[in-house]
Amino acid sequence: MQNRSPAFWLFLTPVILALGIVVVIPFLYGLVYSFTDWNGLAATEFIGFEHYINLFQEKEFMNSIWFTLKFAVASVLLLNFFGLALALIVTRNIKTNNLLRTVFFMPNLIGGLILGFIWQFIFVSVFGDIGELLGVESMQGWLSTTETGFWGLVILTSWQMAGYIMIIYIAYLENIPKELIEAAKIDGASSFQRFKNITFPLVAPAFTISMFLTLSTSFKIYDQNLSLTNGGPYNSTQMVAMEIVRTAFSDNQMSYAQAKAVIFFLIVAVVALTQVYYNKKREVEM
Amino acid sequence: MKNQEKKSLFSIEILGIILGFLWIAPFYLMIVNAFKTKRDIFSGVLGFPAEWEFDNFVQAFIDLAFLKSLFNSVLITGLSVGIIVIFSSMAGYALARNKSKLSGVMFFVFVAAMLIPFQSVMIPLISIFGQADMLNAAGLIFMYLGFGCSLSIFLYHGAMTGVSKSLDEAAIIDGASRFQLFWKIIFPLLKPISVTVAILNVIWIWNDYLLPSLVLSEANATIPLKMFYFFGQYTKQWHLALAGLTIAIIPVIIGYFFAQKQIINGVSEGAVK
Repeated sequence: MQNRSPAFWLFLTPVILALGIVVVIPFLYGLVYSFTDWNGLAATEFIGFEHYINLFQEKEFMNSIWFTLKFAVASVLLLNFFGLALALIVTRNIKTNNLLRTVFFMPNLIGGLILGFIWQFIFVSVFGDIGELLGVESMQGWLSTTETGFWGLVILTSWQMAGYIMIIYIAYLENIPKELIEAAKIDGASSFQRFKNITFPLVAPAFTISMFLTLSTSFKIYDQNLSLTNGGPYNSTQMVAMEIVRTAFSDNQMSYAQAKAVIFFLIVAVVALTQVYYNKKREVEM
Repeated sequence: MKNQEKKSLFSIEILGIILGFLWIAPFYLMIVNAFKTKRDIFSGVLGFPAEWEFDNFVQAFIDLAFLKSLFNSVLITGLSVGIIVIFSSMAGYALARNKSKLSGVMFFVFVAAMLIPFQSVMIPLISIFGQADMLNAAGLIFMYLGFGCSLSIFLYHGAMTGVSKSLDEAAIIDGASRFQLFWKIIFPLLKPISVTVAILNVIWIWNDYLLPSLVLSEANATIPLKMFYFFGQYTKQWHLALAGLTIAIIPVIIGYFFAQKQIINGVSEGAVK
C-alpha cells in the first residue's frame, strides 16, 4: 500500500478522525486553554503563566501531588512484592495452582468503583468488628483519618492489582528453562541460591515492566479514590486525578483545572519515557 | 531429599491456599452480609446470617433498574469494542504494509497518544462534544474508539509481522480488492490478536466510570454509573448496598467463568508487549 493509494487512507480514516477529535485536538486545545481564563463558555483572555504560578502555591493541589506520590511508591513496592510472591507460588507444581491463579486474578476484572465500595464496608464494619473481637484499638475508625485512608487505598490497590502483576511475572517465570534449574539442583545449589542466581536475573525484565506499569497506574487512579475515601477526611486523601476533576466540574474553574491537567500529563509522561529509555537500554545490553 | 522437597511443596501449597482465602474474603463478606437484615449486620459481620434475607436483592435489583443498566452496559461496551476491533485492525494492517516515512510517523503518533492521561484531555473533550450536542451514547462510543484505538493498533501492527506479504500479492494478482483481501484473508489470520484486543477493551470499557459519568444522563446509565447513584442513596444501609454490589458483579463473574483462559492469556499478552 503506497501513500497515494486510496485504500491506505480509507483504512486509516476512521481511527485518524477518532484519535484526532477525541485525543489530539482536545489535548492541543487544553494546552492553549491553560494559558487563558476560559471558563467553559465565555470569551477568553490570554493570561500567560498565571494559572501555573497559582497552582504551585495552592496547598490542596500540592497536597494531592504529595499524597499521590507517596501512594504510588507504597503501592509499587507492595504490588511487586505480592505479584512476585503469588507468581512464585502458582508456578510451582502444586495441585491448586490453576484455581489459585483464577482467584488472585479475579479482582482485576471488577471495576475500581465497585471494589472501593466493597472495601469501604470491610474497613469500616469488618475491621471494626475484628478489632473489637481481638481488642485491637487500631482497627477501629478506619478511613476516618488521613493515615488509615492512605493505607486503605494502598491495601485496596495491592489486592486488586497483584493478580495482574502476577500474570506478568508468570510469563517470565515459565520461560526459564527447566534444565537450568535441574542442573543447579544437581550441582547442590540451595533453593535460595537458585532463586538469587537463576530465577531473579531472568525475571528482572518483568520487574522493570511491572514497576513502571504499577507506577503509572497508581498515578492515574480515580475510581478507587472516589468510592473508598471520596478524598476525605477534609480532602486529605484526594489524589491528583480527583483534584483535577473537582476543580473542573465542582468548582467550575475550567482553565485552571486544565493547567493542573497539563502538569499531570508532564509527570505521567516523564515516568513513561523513563520506562521506554530503560527498556531500550536493556534490549541493547541483551 | 525427595521427601524434603515434597514437604516444602506442601507448605507452599498451604501458604497459597491461605492467601487464596484472604483474596476471596472480601467477596465472601460482601455476599453473606448482603443476605442479612440491617440489625443482623449491626450485631456481627463475620458469620452467616441468622436468617437468609432475599428481599435485599429484590429491592436492589429494582432500585438499580438492573436490566436497563445491564442493557446499556452491554450495548455501549459491545458496540465500542466492535468498532475498535474493526477499525484498529484495518489501520494496523495499512500501517504495517506501508513502509513509507509518513506511515511510520502516523504509527508513532498513535502509540505516543497512549502517554496522554484521560484527565489531560477531559475538559476540552467534554466542551467540544457538548457544543456539538454529542454528549450521548453515540458520542461516548466514538470517544471509546479514540481512546481505545492506540493500544489496539499497536497490537495489530505487531501481529502483522507474522502475516506473509506474499498473501497480499497472490490475492491482488487474483483480482481481489484491498477490502476483500483484508476481510477474507488477513482478518481471519489475525483472530488470536483480535481476541486479545477485544478482551483488553471490554475490561476497561465495561468498568469505566468517569467518562460515562460526564457524558451520559442518568436515564442511560451503565452499571458502574448506576451503582454510584445507588450507593449514594443507601449510605449506612449496608444490607441493600451490598446486595446491589453483588448483583453488579454477577455478569463479570459469569464472563470470567466462561472465558477465563482467554482472559488471562489476553491480559498477559497485552501487558508483556
